[in-house]
Amino acid sequence: MKPILEVSDLHVSFRSQDTEVKAIRGVDFTVGEGEVVAFVGESGSGKSVTFQTVMRLIPQPPAKIDKGKVLYGGRDLTKLSEIEMQKIRGKEIAMIFQDPMTSLNPTIRIGNQISESLIKHQKLSAKEAKERAIELLKIVGIPSPSERVEQFPHQFSGGMRQRAMIAMALACSPKLLIADEPTTALDVTIQAQIIDLLKNLQTKTGSSIVFITHDLGVVAEIADRVAVMYAGKIVESGTLDEIFYNPQHPYTWGLLQSMPKLDQNRDQELASIPGSCPSLVNPPAGCPFTGRCPHAMKICQEEMPEVTKSSSSHQVACWLQHPNAPEVKSPIEPERRWVD
Amino acid sequence: MLRYTLKRFGLMLLTLFIIVTVTFFLVRMLPGTPLANEEKLPAEIREQILEQYGLKEPLSIQYVKFMGNLVQGDLGMSLSQNGRSVNELLSDRIGPSAFIGFQGIIFGLVVGLLLGIIAALRRGTWIDNVASATAVFGVSIPNFVLAGLLSYWIGVKFELLPPALWGGYEYTILPSLALSVYVIAQVSRYIRTEMVEVLEQDYIRTAKAKGLSWSKIITGHALRNAMIPAVTILGPLTVNILTGSLVVENIFGIPGIGNLFVDSIMVNDYTTVLGTTIFYSVLFLSVTFIVDVLYGVIDPRIRVSGAKE
Amino acid sequence: MNTPKKWEKNWFEPLALSEKNSEVLAPQKGYWKDAWIRFKSNKGALIGLILIVLLLLIAFIGPLFNEHNYHSQNLTITNQESSGDHYLGTDSLGRDLWQRVWYGAKVSLLIAFIAAFLDVVIGVTFGGISGYFGGRVDAIMQRILEIMYSIPNLVIIILLMMYLEPGVLPIAVALSFTGWVPMARIVRAQILKLKTQEYVLAARTMGASHYRILFKHLIPNVMGPIIIAVTFSIPSAIFFEAFLSFIGLGLRPPSASLGILVSDGYRTLQLFPFQLFWPALVLCIIMLSFNLIGDGMRDALDPKMKK
Repeated sequence: MKPILEVSDLHVSFRSQDTEVKAIRGVDFTVGEGEVVAFVGESGSGKSVTFQTVMRLIPQPPAKIDKGKVLYGGRDLTKLSEIEMQKIRGKEIAMIFQDPMTSLNPTIRIGNQISESLIKHQKLSAKEAKERAIELLKIVGIPSPSERVEQFPHQFSGGMRQRAMIAMALACSPKLLIADEPTTALDVTIQAQIIDLLKNLQTKTGSSIVFITHDLGVVAEIADRVAVMYAGKIVESGTLDEIFYNPQHPYTWGLLQSMPKLDQNRDQELASIPGSCPSLVNPPAGCPFTGRCPHAMKICQEEMPEVTKSSSSHQVACWLQHPNAPEVKSPIEPERRWVD
Repeated sequence: MLRYTLKRFGLMLLTLFIIVTVTFFLVRMLPGTPLANEEKLPAEIREQILEQYGLKEPLSIQYVKFMGNLVQGDLGMSLSQNGRSVNELLSDRIGPSAFIGFQGIIFGLVVGLLLGIIAALRRGTWIDNVASATAVFGVSIPNFVLAGLLSYWIGVKFELLPPALWGGYEYTILPSLALSVYVIAQVSRYIRTEMVEVLEQDYIRTAKAKGLSWSKIITGHALRNAMIPAVTILGPLTVNILTGSLVVENIFGIPGIGNLFVDSIMVNDYTTVLGTTIFYSVLFLSVTFIVDVLYGVIDPRIRVSGAKE
Repeated sequence: MNTPKKWEKNWFEPLALSEKNSEVLAPQKGYWKDAWIRFKSNKGALIGLILIVLLLLIAFIGPLFNEHNYHSQNLTITNQESSGDHYLGTDSLGRDLWQRVWYGAKVSLLIAFIAAFLDVVIGVTFGGISGYFGGRVDAIMQRILEIMYSIPNLVIIILLMMYLEPGVLPIAVALSFTGWVPMARIVRAQILKLKTQEYVLAARTMGASHYRILFKHLIPNVMGPIIIAVTFSIPSAIFFEAFLSFIGLGLRPPSASLGILVSDGYRTLQLFPFQLFWPALVLCIIMLSFNLIGDGMRDALDPKMKK
């Protein structure tokens, strides 16, 4: 598969007067053409920051890209000027955000918010842009779009707002769509509709999607490949099957175990991973998961584990992969059907 | 929306009625006769004058008569200026007051807006510091002190502008300036806060993600949303201009309504005090009413919820 | 590559739980302590606080430095510039300005503090009852608030002053006649927000009286916004007091306030500008200090409330 986005050794930090938070600490990945890649991790793991860096949406300062490359179409996005970036945002790479309530401007009509990027990138007239906006609203499944186009965000329900956001993002047929927790703020039934919509649009247009989420159920629905992030690093990545059937990293195990299961005994408590992400002001020298890892070893505290490949697509960064490490059995039962 | 507007209008009339009634009785029940200042007036002439102004009738009759006249826009006769009606006095005096007031508020709004916007966009720079210093000094220096300083330094010491009195346009500059400083302070502070908050909103990030240019984001998304809530401070600003005009007109010797009001208080001209009070109340209530309705019109969120109410 | 040592077998032994560097949460600071730290870090607020403390000290100690008092006239030494005897000079009746300025400052501050105190008592009670009981009570009280709010306060204050005998207490009363309204609005809004919280429900299930819930449970949680409002109502009271004096409705001689002194200063502005300058300077410093402190309080006590 031809890569459309290649990120290598990306380091991003946030500086305030006396502290420096190393939010992204060496992230490598690629997104192929027409591929759906999910980024999973808890809040603060750096998944949103990674892609806001790709889009260059993080405010600089306080943020600073310390190192690394973001290659898109042969160009390093970290090196582009603001004007050049503006030609890429919305046109080549589009983004939808978590909270459709706050991500739409409350005082501007939905239609005009969609038209903006059409007028900017495709040089349409206001009238043409409005017609196109109506079409787009229809595509994302908003009934009576020609009336809706004149309305304000607060007149839309949560799900409809997210549909409108998707219409805005798709307006200029971007090659890559970054969806930053697009379903988190929505009701469960609406979540499913939005996922279906994204899936359908993806098959129709063939664009690539990066799907940022902390919900593994959503990942199973939509992703081709999964990257698990923890404390500013990708700790494990692989195809959907590899991550769900043959996970290697104890953090991935924890994530999978904490998913509620239908056949779970009701008296049994939901599994959770104790503790929280380490502070990234002074990130630990070793594996950041050591403090919460049930299988932590001495070396984990001292040294960052190397990335090992268990297949051409499956990579893990964990000392348990080392030949000297004790044998630890994955708690994830392989017979479980996670993915249909 | 219409219902909301009517409701507000009704409330405004009710408030006005209460103010007028309370003011009327307060003024009429003041100790001593309104003619206390006309010293050594022979008793019969005093009686005659009181009769002439209808001040000998029972208070309730006076009130009904006064309200009757008020509905027709008649504020009665002045007690201190022989033979002149309060309406006449007000219309004579409104020109200078309105001119320096409007000039002051418009100048204040323009400068305050610019200062606030620039401060928000250049946060932490020297201009931001200048703006916040202006804001805190502007609200801390009373306008009568400022008026005095301006009159003394610019008028008397450097003779750049006339220090007082009323003549051509140059006479309006210092009084308007004295009135506008508070407006500048309030508006710039308010706009800066709003603007900083708006710039941190998610929808600004969305606009940026669409590839819009920074100038487009500021003008198309941020400014508009920052200015909507700023409409609400127009009410308090009007009050400040009114209060300020009382002293500023006094200091600069401007023949305006503020001066009339203060003079009438000094000479116990109760009809004029009452009339001017009513005039001020109507002015202030209309501004609040207009601001309220305007706010509903320009903010789509209120526009709809107001209609549902 | 790695040093050989790290590849040794014992490095791969499991860690005991106690050996893990688990996250240590920073100790939680109390609301007021935290607020004080934020307040201290605000330079303007700190300057305001220092200025006002200094000013109060001088206002009380300063008058002891010379033998004069604020009311004795001496027509042989009128309108003198500052000297070793009269630090700030004398006024048109030969009274010592140094004494008069500090006396006036104390009177102005006293009026402002009384007015602010009345604002709190009336505003908190009114707003608290309105917000806590809600329903019909609230609807009626809200109307009253709305009407009070839309009356231009200067008009009411002036009319009241024409009625009242000028004095410290009457002026303070007149000022708080409209001054309590913003306080009531703030308290009502906060109580509305707080009264649905669990701890109120808990208190109610335990049979606490309305009075107890309102004044022991709710009001203490509204202290932040109340304090902020008070800090701003003090300079506003000082301004209105000076304003009243200026238009001739203030204290009567020989008593003095900063407003009286400023307005006296105006009469001789062209000839003896210093008579306006000193009281005006002290007035501005007081206003500035309280506004700076208010800004600092707002940032410190309620980071979310900015307006």
